[in-house]
Amino acid sequence: MTATKKLNLKQKYQYLTRDMDWEPSYQKKSDIFPQEDFEGIKIVDWDGWEDPFRLTMDAYWKYQAEKEKKLYAIFDAFAQNNGHQNISDGRYVNSLKLFLSGVSPLEYAAFQGYAKVGRQFSGAGARVACQMQAIDELRHSQTQQHAMSHYNKHFNGLHDAPLMHDRVWFLSVPKSFFDDARSAGPFEFLTAISFSFEYVLTNLLFVPFMSGAAYNGDMATVTFGFSAQSDEARHMTLGLEIIKFLLEQHEDNVPIVQKWIDKWFWRGFRLLSLVSMMMDYMLPNKVMSWQEAWEVYYEQSGGALFKDLERYGIRPPKYQDVANAAKEHISHQLWSTFYQYGQATNFHTWIPKKEELDWLAEKYPNSFDKYYRPRFEHWDALQKKGERFYNPTLPQLCQVCQVPVLFTETDDPTAFSHRDTVYKEERYHFCSEACCEIFDNEPEKYIQAWLPVHQIYQGNCGGPDLPSVLSDYYHFNLGEDNLDFSGSPDEKRWNEIKGIKPLDKDDVA
Amino acid sequence: MSQKVFIAFQDNENARYLVEAISEDNPEAEIQYQPAMIRIQAEKRLVITRETMEEKLNRDWDVQEMLLDVISIGGNVDEDDDHFILSWNN
Repeated sequence: MTATKKLNLKQKYQYLTRDMDWEPSYQKKSDIFPQEDFEGIKIVDWDGWEDPFRLTMDAYWKYQAEKEKKLYAIFDAFAQNNGHQNISDGRYVNSLKLFLSGVSPLEYAAFQGYAKVGRQFSGAGARVACQMQAIDELRHSQTQQHAMSHYNKHFNGLHDAPLMHDRVWFLSVPKSFFDDARSAGPFEFLTAISFSFEYVLTNLLFVPFMSGAAYNGDMATVTFGFSAQSDEARHMTLGLEIIKFLLEQHEDNVPIVQKWIDKWFWRGFRLLSLVSMMMDYMLPNKVMSWQEAWEVYYEQSGGALFKDLERYGIRPPKYQDVANAAKEHISHQLWSTFYQYGQATNFHTWIPKKEELDWLAEKYPNSFDKYYRPRFEHWDALQKKGERFYNPTLPQLCQVCQVPVLFTETDDPTAFSHRDTVYKEERYHFCSEACCEIFDNEPEKYIQAWLPVHQIYQGNCGGPDLPSVLSDYYHFNLGEDNLDFSGSPDEKRWNEIKGIKPLDKDDVA
Repeated sequence: MSQKVFIAFQDNENARYLVEAISEDNPEAEIQYQPAMIRIQAEKRLVITRETMEEKLNRDWDVQEMLLDVISIGGNVDEDDDHFILSWNN
């Protein structure tokens, strides 16, 4: 007779991911999992797949339920106590508008992506991991919308985020990132999202930015951010395990995976330039600069990671040095661009205050005063004369990352980085060598890119002029959601909350 | 080259005990306090031990309870009923 003994963690995980699986008897495995081979990845033994957290379904539901209870208690408290009145500055909310329309829909895209690829693996461990992650990502999308629904009652620009995500020009940057990953094969999707994005890069979004939300008095956002991030810790671990699993399975996988890492690191880096701007310009109370965050979360952590992966024959991403060198520039170049196109954004833009310019100069001693401060001071002078600058043209977009061609050459911050190539008698334009190379490797994929500026010019985005595109197709409330923060209804409302009386003519001595 | 593993926790009541336990088990670990979070880093290896946590809390503690408060990690993870270990192996 055997005594019943409590199973340990390893045994429980073994039962869930191995013993509940079965071998098909009347269908061929290749018919059941038809996407498993076409990318060229060779899996010799799915039993090599291990989730180091060894999370089983019962534990998963238990801990997730507890996280949700804590999170929603805080949302209630935040709403009941009018938490939006305690944020650092009315301008802060604009980072949430970008987050809700740029990032939250990616959580939903990730949910769809993991639900889809989870069906495609013949290994049960991988299927379970993808299932849990799909549920996590759906939770993130929901909690973010719930958290920000409170802000939607008090501020403009938050009313139609999913539609804007699908249509607005700069939101095609995050949208196309996930669409391009989801339209790849299942192993490439995992390398793109689980490894390159979740493991290598998302810390930059969810750790220093969320810590920044706390520092700006936004209890709701920091709480959903860290609650989501507690799932991300699992996702990141999985991302690393996936890479090691692929590399250990067969040496032929190494060059394929390396190419994917090169590509998706670069795409992720371009996507995160939006976060650089949120950190350096959109958080009124600063925690750390983008450059500092990049040094801790990419150069230091990524350095340790890629050293660890050396033994598999993997080297750091091909264009890593370009990304490292750009850390002193990208946030300033991007904010300058959004400032110019502030008539076409669902959030407000502004010239940083004097002390904020000084902070930027201190954090970016090699670049800010030399290249960027004069530009902001020039625009500020124009604005004070009543000639706030808006750029009336539409920007040229990169065919691959869809960011406007606004970044500069590594060795010359005054020269735009621009590449082009001809494919089937058509010329395509890129923001960088790296994006051009991605295109050259998969031209048939990227010629299909839905580039918002081209679509506007082709007449596929509503009316004939920019205001009708913005109002009819993007659903912006013109004069409320867009333009400078100064003079906006948001500013007026914030001043009312804080009892700040704007100066009028009579107050000027 | 220095190769740091790290773990970040929400700065809350649970984290206080985690930090105490980690400091005791990893005397070399560096603790960084940032708004709403605590980041702990160490060269190559960091361990959280169930036994130490149970001493600090004076109750049973499941290693997976840390999932509630963790924000991020860097390093290879190895978890069993008694430990949570982060390491770089190369």
